[in-house]
Amino acid sequence: MTTIKELKMEKITSPSRRSFLKSSVLASGGLMISFSGLAKFMPDDKISTTNLAEQWNEITGYIKITSDNLIKILNPNPEFGQNVMTSLPMIVAEELDVDWQKVVIEMGPHDNVKLGPQFTGGSNSIRMYWKPLREAGAAARQMLREAAAQTWAVSVEEVTTKAGILIHEKSNKSGTYGEFASKAAANPIPKGVKLKEVKSFNTVRSSRKNVEGLKIVTGKPLFALDYKHKGMLIAMIEHPPAFGKKLKSFDASEALKMPGIKDVLSLQLYPEGYEQAAFDTRTFNDLLVVVGNTTWEVMNARKKLKVEWQPISESKEVVNGFRGKTEVVIPAEPETTTTQLAKMAEYAKKPAQQLRKDGDPEAAFAKAAQILERTYSAPFLAHNCMEPMNFFAHVTDEKALLIGPHQAPGWIEPTLSKILNLPPEKIEIQMSRMGGGFGLRAYGHYVVEAALISKKVKAPVKLVYSREDDMTYGIYRPMYTATYRAALDANKNLIAFHVKGGGIPEHPIHANRFPAGAVDNYLAEGWAIPSNITIGAFRAPRSNFNAAAEQSFLDELAELMGKDPIDFRLELLKRAKENPVGKNNEYDADRYAGVLKLVKEKSGWNNSENKKYSRGVAAYFCHNSYAAHVVDVVKKEGQPYVERVTSAIDCGVVINPNAAINMVQGALVDGIGNAFYGGLTHKDGASEQKNFNRYRMIRHKEAPQKIDVHFVENDIDPTGLGEPPFPPVFAAVANALYKDTGKRFYTQPFVNEVKSNS
Amino acid sequence: MAAFNLDINGKKQTVDIDPKTPLLWVLREHLNLIGTKYGCGVAQCGACTVHLEGSAVRSCSLPVSAVANKKITTIEGLSANGDHPVQKAWLEHDVAQCGYCQTGQIMTAAALLKTNPNPSDAQIEAAMSGNICRCGTYLRIKEAIKTAANQK
Ligand code: FES
Ligand code: FES
Repeated sequence: MTTIKELKMEKITSPSRRSFLKSSVLASGGLMISFSGLAKFMPDDKISTTNLAEQWNEITGYIKITSDNLIKILNPNPEFGQNVMTSLPMIVAEELDVDWQKVVIEMGPHDNVKLGPQFTGGSNSIRMYWKPLREAGAAARQMLREAAAQTWAVSVEEVTTKAGILIHEKSNKSGTYGEFASKAAANPIPKGVKLKEVKSFNTVRSSRKNVEGLKIVTGKPLFALDYKHKGMLIAMIEHPPAFGKKLKSFDASEALKMPGIKDVLSLQLYPEGYEQAAFDTRTFNDLLVVVGNTTWEVMNARKKLKVEWQPISESKEVVNGFRGKTEVVIPAEPETTTTQLAKMAEYAKKPAQQLRKDGDPEAAFAKAAQILERTYSAPFLAHNCMEPMNFFAHVTDEKALLIGPHQAPGWIEPTLSKILNLPPEKIEIQMSRMGGGFGLRAYGHYVVEAALISKKVKAPVKLVYSREDDMTYGIYRPMYTATYRAALDANKNLIAFHVKGGGIPEHPIHANRFPAGAVDNYLAEGWAIPSNITIGAFRAPRSNFNAAAEQSFLDELAELMGKDPIDFRLELLKRAKENPVGKNNEYDADRYAGVLKLVKEKSGWNNSENKKYSRGVAAYFCHNSYAAHVVDVVKKEGQPYVERVTSAIDCGVVINPNAAINMVQGALVDGIGNAFYGGLTHKDGASEQKNFNRYRMIRHKEAPQKIDVHFVENDIDPTGLGEPPFPPVFAAVANALYKDTGKRFYTQPFVNEVKSNS
Repeated sequence: MAAFNLDINGKKQTVDIDPKTPLLWVLREHLNLIGTKYGCGVAQCGACTVHLEGSAVRSCSLPVSAVANKKITTIEGLSANGDHPVQKAWLEHDVAQCGYCQTGQIMTAAALLKTNPNPSDAQIEAAMSGNICRCGTYLRIKEAIKTAANQK
C-alpha cells in the first residue's frame, strides 16, 4: 500500500517546494490534511500543482492565508500529547472568526521572535499563549476588515465577519478572507484590538477533535523516531552500566567487524569546566558511540564492545539556572537503595533548612495534648515516555539542522550554539510530535549528543536510545521522604503543623502551600542529600510527592479529630480565607474549597448507595490550578482495585473540553499507576529496572472503569491542566486503600504493602 | 544474510537480511513501514503489534526467518484510508494523547474483534493488557473497542 505521504513525496520536483514540504512534513507530518474526520482529506494534489510556499500571506506570525482562501494557523508550542496542536490554534480561530472545519493546522517553525516562548512545561502552554494568540487572531481579523474597508471604500466599523467571510451589509458586499489577505498582510499589525467576550465564544469551550487524529490512527510518520533523511546513519551510546562510573577504555575491534557498522568513537558531551545552563543535563559526560546503518545492526554491535569502566571521583558542577549560579556536588560513591533509605532516615533527624515559620510551633508542640507524626516516602521514578529519547542531527561547519522531540528547543539552542561554535541563526531546530514528555524532554543532553555525533562523523545522524538506555540514563523524579506532625489541644483543635521533607538530591517541600495559611503555628523545613543519580522535572515536580504525603496525613488527622476529611479541609480553607496566617500563601482559598465542594457533590460523598466503595478523597493546588478527586476502591480478585474516580478541576476557561477530560483521565491513570507500581531501585549504582519487564507500568486491566471529570465553570483566564490533576491522586488512592484494608499506606509504591496485606 | 519472501499488506516482496532481524526493524528500517513502533524491544509494551495470519503478535520479538511466506498486516495495511471500524471508533472517541502507542493498540484491538466480535469488558481488558499507554488512555480505548464492536 502506498500512503498519501509517499505519493506526495514522489511527486515533488522543484527544489523550493521540496524544502518547503520537507519542513512541514517533518514538523507536522503533512500539510494539507484536514483534521475533522475521515472524509475530510483536502486535495493533496494542490500541493504539487501550485507553489504554495510563495502564496501564503503571513498576516501575523501565527496566521497565513492564501488568496484562494486556504487559512493556515501555526501551532507555536511543542506537542507531547497535551493537545496544544489542536487547542492553541482553536484560540486563534476563535478571535480570527473562521470556520474551524476549513482551517489547516501546522506545527510552527522554531522561532522565538515570531512565535513566542515555544515551551511545553509547567502546565503553561495555554496559560502563556492565551493572550498572545487571542490578540493575534483579533489583530488579523482587524487587518482583514481594514483591507476590505479600503477596497470597498467604506468605514471599517461597518465591515463585519462571519466564519471567514467579510461582509458589508449596507452595500451588500462580501468576500472571503483570502481575497483580502495580500492587502491585509501589507498593513502593519494593529495593537490593542478589542477581544471577544468569553460568553460569545463558539470555538473555544466546545470540543474539537485532535487535528492529528487521523495521522495517529493510520501510523503516519509524526514522530522523530520515524524520520528518515538521505544518507542518515543511526547512532547509539553505550553509557556506563551504573551511576558513579565512567568510561576508562574500550576495544571496538569486534564491534567494527559487525555488519552495517560505520564507526565506534568516543567523545565528550561538554568540555572541561563547562558551565551548565538550567536544562543542560549530563548524567554521563564521556560518550562511547556506535554508528551504523540501522538500529538493529547498531544494537547488535554494541554487544560486541569490550569496555572498561572506572569509578568517577567526586566533582563539582556549576549550573547557571533560572535562579542564578549554583554549585552542585556530585559524590563518587555508587548508591544502593537500602543504603539511601538508611541515609535518609538519618538526615531526617538532623537539623534542616527552615523554609517557613509562622507563630511559635515549638511552643505549641511542647504544650500539645496529642501529637500525630507520620513519615511518608517515595522512590525514584523513570519517565518512560513511550517513544524513547532520540534526535536527528545534521551538523556541518556552516550550519546545523536538528529535528526531534523536545519540550523547550529555545533553551537548548544557546547550548548548541556554544558547543557547536555556530551562531544561533545557523541552527535550525524542528519540533516533531513527541511520544510523551512528562518533563524529561525539557532536558538537552540527547540533543547535544546527537549534534556532536553528527559533527564528528560528518553525516546526518539519528541518535536513538534503546528502552534500556532510556530507563537507566537518570533525570528521574527524585527519591523523597517527609515527616508530618500535627499538634492538637485537649479539645482536639489543631494548634500547630510541621513538615520536614528531604530527598535525594533535593527536598520536595512547597512551604507556602496549603495548609500553610490555615494554622497559627506552622513550620516547614527541608534537607537534601547529594547524589550522582541525576534528576529532573517529572509531571508536577515535588508536588507529585507533597500532595501524596500531605493529603494522606490530613486524612489521618481528620480521622483523629473525628471529622469528615472534606469538611476538615473546608474548615481549614475557611480559616485561610477569613483570617490567613502569614504571607505568600500561594493558593486561592475559595477556588481550593470550590473543587472540594464540587467533588463532594458530584461523587455523592455522603450518599448511601456509595457505601459499597472504600472511598478516599484528596485535593491539591499546583501549577495555578486546583484539583480534587474521590477514588472508589473495590475488591477485584481479592485485591484492592480503583474502580471509579470522580474528579473536580478548576483551571479557569477550558479550551477544548473533551480533550481536557482526556488529559485529566490520563493524569489519573498515570497517578494510580505510579502510586501502586512506580519505582526504580539501585544496587551499586545500577538501576535494577531496565525495561518494562521489571519496571511495572499500569496496564489496561488495572485502570479504573470510570473516571468522571467535572470542571468548575468560570471566566477566569485559563491555567494549566497537564500537571494539576496528577499529584492528589496518590493520596486519594492511599486514603481509599486505608478504608479498604484498615491499614495506612506511607510508602510508595503501594503494591508491596497491598501484597503483604492480603 | 539470507533472502526472505515476505507477504506484507498483500504485497509480496523479498528482503535480503540477517535471519535474526526482528520483523519490527525489517518493517521500520527496510520497508519504510514506520507505523509499527518500537517501545521496549522485549515483547512487554505492544507498541510493535502487527497481525501474523490474523493474530496480534509482537514484531519486536519475531525474527524475520519465522515470518517468511506468512501473511503479515501492519497498521498501513489495516485499511486503505483509515476507515477500519477500529480506526473510526478511535477517532470518534478522540482516544490519542501523544499517540505513540495507538497503532499498536489499534492492531491488538482489531485482532481481538476479529476472533471475538462482541467482547465483554473482561475480555477487552485481558486482550489489551499487553499494550502500555503511558498517557493513560485506557478508558477511551475500551470505549472505542465497544463502539467498533457495535459497528461490525
Ligand atoms: S516494542 Fe515490541 S512489545 Fe514493546
Ligand atoms: S497515547 Fe501516549 S502512550 Fe498512549
